[in-house]
Amino acid sequence: MAERKRIDARGAFCPGPLMELIANLKLVDVGDELEVWSSDKGSVKEIPEWVAKVGHEMGETTEHDGYWSVVVRKAK
Amino acid sequence: MGKRILIVGGGLAGTIVANGLCRQLGQELRDGSVSITVLGTSDTHLYQPGLLYVPFGRIRESELFREQRKVLDRRVPYLIDPATNIDLEAKEVTTESGKTLGYDYLVIATGSRIMPQNVPGMAEGAHWFYDLEGARRMRDALDAFEGGKIVVNVNAPHKCPVAPLEITFMLYDYLTAKGLMKKTEITYTYPIGRLHALEPVGEWAQGEMDRLGLKYETFFNTKEVDSKAKTISSEEGTTFDYDLLVTIPPHQGAQVIEDSGLGTGGWVPTDREKLLHDGSTDVFVVGDTTNIPISKAGSTAHFEADTVVDNLSSLITEGRWARNYDGKVFCFVETGMDTGTYVWFNYTTPPNPGPPSQMVHWFKLAYNRLYWLSARGLL
Repeated sequence: MAERKRIDARGAFCPGPLMELIANLKLVDVGDELEVWSSDKGSVKEIPEWVAKVGHEMGETTEHDGYWSVVVRKAK
Repeated sequence: MGKRILIVGGGLAGTIVANGLCRQLGQELRDGSVSITVLGTSDTHLYQPGLLYVPFGRIRESELFREQRKVLDRRVPYLIDPATNIDLEAKEVTTESGKTLGYDYLVIATGSRIMPQNVPGMAEGAHWFYDLEGARRMRDALDAFEGGKIVVNVNAPHKCPVAPLEITFMLYDYLTAKGLMKKTEITYTYPIGRLHALEPVGEWAQGEMDRLGLKYETFFNTKEVDSKAKTISSEEGTTFDYDLLVTIPPHQGAQVIEDSGLGTGGWVPTDREKLLHDGSTDVFVVGDTTNIPISKAGSTAHFEADTVVDNLSSLITEGRWARNYDGKVFCFVETGMDTGTYVWFNYTTPPNPGPPSQMVHWFKLAYNRLYWLSARGLL
């Protein structure tokens, strides 16, 4: 059964939210979802750009108080 | 029986914690109300950042090593007996030789390791400098290199996040000095959409690479290496030919972490401020082992270890929490063979690297020796 794991990358300047997402995607199964929390608004653009390029799937992106959550589904 | 502190891991983080606790808990060690034991995997302590210089013959290998027994405070028993299971319920650690060690406080400092075998063809087709054997092989490959295409390939996750840029600029200087750069093409690949995780460092690196004529490819996550055809391909669909492939392999945490069910990939879920295992009050996690989303670097291990020392000694002597970890990271950045800069940041302060200078490069060279004072808890 597909699972969703949360990555709290708020305040993570290095390696940053996208690098955390990439590293964590290697540890989950196809169909699983990762929900990245980022305090960097750039993640809202950067993560979908990479997801489209590599061929995973985007879930919802939500703005919270001072951070964004971005959901990505591992597709391959 | 006194409080038993068990430290699993004899790398930088575990060593600083052990030595720092000895300095803070001298009286308690003397009267037997506290004992500290370190479980390690080797009789030798390796200065890992020094490996960067090995491929260029810029460091004597003897400078990279000290006997771990001499780096550790003599009051700390050091057992070269790798942990094979960590049982947080029973508060026990089992070792390869079959010993079972109980604890009142546990410090997990099992570190990270390179996993080139996780990418098809990488172990056969690539060179790296993240362990001594690899650095020696890369030195031999550079000795034999007469020009051609070099790919410097970076994979996630990896420790020492500035090392990929350092090796790239040092390669440029090294090959220029040998007169080979005019018949060499260097391409640097990086997993995300810029040349370094830290935005200002990435911007600076891009300017430098443009100035020096180095090529780069962003959004490149390695899918496979074909060591016969000498090609490297990405998940994003890009392929490069190479004559010499220098990779920063993906990393994982220690096997014992996975085997003990403490964290996927060998990374232990850790409170980013308290450095306690999530849900624990007596299990600290320090250095590369944590799953905290910050740089896996020696300085991170050092600053985290200092925090653990303060809190653990305060808990034992005064029963109170001392302070939280603020996410501090400090990295020297070699920007060539003769210049360097540095960058620091924490959870709330963004990085702002200064211009490279010879002075910082010399300080980094000095730190290569001062490290041993850091490991002993004196610096």
